[in-house]
Amino acid sequence: MIAYIVRRILYVIPIALGVTVFIFSLVHLAPGDPLSAVVAPDAPKEVVEQLKRDYGFDKPLPLQYVIWLGRAVTGDFGISVATGRDVTSELGPAILNTMLLAVAATLVGFSFGCLLGGIAGYFQGRSLDKLATGIAVAGISVPHYWLGLVLVIIFSVELNALPAMGMGPGGSRAWAWDAAHMRHLILPVITLSVIPMGIITRTVRATVAEIRNQEFVQALEAKGLRKHQVLRHIAKNAAPTVLAVMGLQLGYLLGGSILVETVFSWPGTGFLMNDAIFRRDIPLLQGAILVLALFFVALNLLVDVVQTAIDPRMRRN
Amino acid sequence: MSITTSVPNPSSASRDQVILEVRGLRKYFPVRGGVLNRQVAAVQAVDDVSFTVRRGETLGIVGESGCGKSTTARLLIRLLEPDDGSVLFDGQIVGAAGGISVRGMRRHMQMVFQDSYSSLNPRLPVEETIAFGPMVHGTGRSEARRRARDLLAKVGLEPDLFIRRYPHELSGGQRQRINIARALALEPRIVLLDEAVSALDKSVEAQVLNLLIDLKGDFDLTYVFISHDLNVVQYVSDRVLVMYLGKVVEIGDVEAVYGNPHHPYTRALLSAMPSMDPDRRSHEPPLTGDPPNLINPPSGCRFRTRCVYAESVCATKVPELYAEPAETDHQTACHMMIPGSGHSAAPAA
Amino acid sequence: MSQSAIDRADAATPPEVDAAQVALVSRGYWSSVLQRVWRDKVTIACGLVVLLIVLSAVFAGLLAPFDPYKTSMIQRLKPIGDGGFILGTDELGRDMLSRLLHGGRLSLFMGITPVINALIIGGLLGVVAGFVGGRINMAIMRTVDVFYAFPSVLLAIAISGALGAGLVNAIVSLTVVFVPPIARVTESVTTQVRTLDYVEAARASGARTFTVIRVHVLSNVLGPVFIYATSLISVSIILAAGLSFLGLGVEPPEAEWGLMLNTLRQSIWVSPWVSALPGVMIFATSLSFNLLSDGLRSAMDVRL
Repeated sequence: MIAYIVRRILYVIPIALGVTVFIFSLVHLAPGDPLSAVVAPDAPKEVVEQLKRDYGFDKPLPLQYVIWLGRAVTGDFGISVATGRDVTSELGPAILNTMLLAVAATLVGFSFGCLLGGIAGYFQGRSLDKLATGIAVAGISVPHYWLGLVLVIIFSVELNALPAMGMGPGGSRAWAWDAAHMRHLILPVITLSVIPMGIITRTVRATVAEIRNQEFVQALEAKGLRKHQVLRHIAKNAAPTVLAVMGLQLGYLLGGSILVETVFSWPGTGFLMNDAIFRRDIPLLQGAILVLALFFVALNLLVDVVQTAIDPRMRRN
Repeated sequence: MSITTSVPNPSSASRDQVILEVRGLRKYFPVRGGVLNRQVAAVQAVDDVSFTVRRGETLGIVGESGCGKSTTARLLIRLLEPDDGSVLFDGQIVGAAGGISVRGMRRHMQMVFQDSYSSLNPRLPVEETIAFGPMVHGTGRSEARRRARDLLAKVGLEPDLFIRRYPHELSGGQRQRINIARALALEPRIVLLDEAVSALDKSVEAQVLNLLIDLKGDFDLTYVFISHDLNVVQYVSDRVLVMYLGKVVEIGDVEAVYGNPHHPYTRALLSAMPSMDPDRRSHEPPLTGDPPNLINPPSGCRFRTRCVYAESVCATKVPELYAEPAETDHQTACHMMIPGSGHSAAPAA
Repeated sequence: MSQSAIDRADAATPPEVDAAQVALVSRGYWSSVLQRVWRDKVTIACGLVVLLIVLSAVFAGLLAPFDPYKTSMIQRLKPIGDGGFILGTDELGRDMLSRLLHGGRLSLFMGITPVINALIIGGLLGVVAGFVGGRINMAIMRTVDVFYAFPSVLLAIAISGALGAGLVNAIVSLTVVFVPPIARVTESVTTQVRTLDYVEAARASGARTFTVIRVHVLSNVLGPVFIYATSLISVSIILAAGLSFLGLGVEPPEAEWGLMLNTLRQSIWVSPWVSALPGVMIFATSLSFNLLSDGLRSAMDVRL
């Protein structure tokens, strides 16, 4: 078991390094002089020369990568071209805001997904199944940024019941768990939760249906086991897969929240990245992508290990 | 008296010449483990296996699951590369310079697999499957197709009805007939039958077995018939080879081995055969325990851990195949047979 | 007839009657798939919808009542049905129906092309990795894993952000996003097929490696991979429109559904339902492709 964990971690390291190499090279993929990416266009010549030396643009590429990586590991992602502040201080609160959104959306999606998926799997083949599956498929097929717009239209424009943008009074750095802030949370969370809900519904449905059709469950039912006991049994067997999927969905949401955040002007990493792209603020963009990607990698690893620990079938001696 | 080697003297036999000779075949499969997935051990699937196959005979190979019979078959047809040893076809070494190439060998030796379904490409109709082999070796398409139709008739399937069928539309028995037709399409001289009838229902099995016997006569074939079913092997074979845990323990004519088995393992195997005949009641001590691990087989004679006659010499020396001068065709790898081996039951040197 | 029933029938009849047992004409694999699809009403309906959308995009020039590029400041943001504009006008006075029809071209193109590219590239990588195995497999799959380590949206944005806006850049970006999953599926299927007995039998008959791949492996691998790829189309359409929505895809004044959503966004307070229209198209297209590919998968997946 420990050997498995160690092996997984060893396996992840080259992947994580590959990720950093890729992100680093993105800058050099971009058209134009990479220096112009880190320097404000109207900077005086001495500053430009200084930055050139600082960033090591005069050095060979692999060395630049090492320097960049070394800095990144200590949390120094450079200075944001747009705001002049250092990237870390911009990223910090943004990550927290996105986390808030992603975790809330995953929980909501997970709950509804389990409910719908459980119904669909249990009543496999009947109309309830078709209904629940239909909702799930719609959830996966809907462009979530459009869904956000539609919700805004319904609830903000037409009904004037919920706010259309932002995180609440107090701006992007002041969150409180009160009604005023929660109102801002509702629409974005519902929007984001639709895709995980769809996927989790599918997963739960497949797992529940498969387990229910397995002979040992039918044997249990024949023996007279009551409904809720059977359900508990199904839940125990379905748990590892579903948890794994949920973990992965959380990761996707963290990385993929940019579209929804743009619609709702939610001050998270997505919003920040959007901004960074248009201001060609490469240090900020690189830093954001790096943090999110590595987080996703770490999350995958965690999900893998936990799943192996829970699921007795996957344990090796 | 001398210990005969595993290659019988052809002139002493009243049979035809040797068509296939196997010398010291060895195949170990690596076992990986640990943090870095390195090789930590090896599954000794086939260890120093030697035998000959005579032209026109059916050699049966029997043994329990995991004894190495299927691995041996795959080594013969080179679907697996041997770690050691050689295979000689018609006196020429397969795969070596100056001998016969693997591709050349495959013109003469074909194999029928156990799982009739997974042996057939689900996307190809029957005709294409059978015609594939000949076309690969240069036969033209129409000629190959004609041969496919001929062979379908030979294996008992009406060509017009079956030629365009797909595997999923056929029963197990029909599929296995197709597999046989496919093997025969290349006009081989040897056919390896790896548990070819084991997966069929009993009555279908009987039909296919009889078909195989007929075809052998029609096409002048040599068979190597691998099975765990002792009854079937007795029915079909001329000679029999018994394997245990990757090694050959006994070879001989069917009547000799079944009528007068020498090796304790063979005796135990045969006594476990279910029979309706009250005269064939067994007086043998039964086999105890599970077969030991192939990764760490017992030293010396591999059967000694389950053998009631085991003594200390069995743990120290590997028994070679030995035949008594009176019956040079019947060889046994047991210290009790070898004169002067050190076993208390062995004859004097 | 179930498999066991066929087996029992075979055992019961003597060989001469064997062949006459099943009188029906042999059906090919694809025709049996078509048969199953024909019975699935939902899939047929979705197929028709997809066809409709594709045709309307192809013939947009003939079907559109107005010029999609013609702006008019007086006709801005007209509601649905007003003044001869069946679906209203956008923020620059252009007819929505015409823009939606023309927009279908770019949206569909941006959605489908990356998947086709990824199918070719990823499929090739997967087959090679799966069949050859060993070090080459490790090298290919590890590299693929690096890209797989990103959530798709993030990867698309990262690449598009670096390359800049534009149709070609967006297609390149999305192709890179879809190559890893396709490569993985292909490699997995190829590895499985490679060990099957019929491939071994083909090798045993003396065929060269390339012939074995061509005749036996490819046809059995491409099927599942193709089905998987079609399920990616709906995601691709959403992602492509999403890139345009962020301004990273097609640029104005082109008509494209995602871009239209972007430019109309400010107008939701004034003309909400017109602003939402492009998204309806994206949703409908994606949903239809999704259900269609699901239906195809069920039809092809029936245990033979």
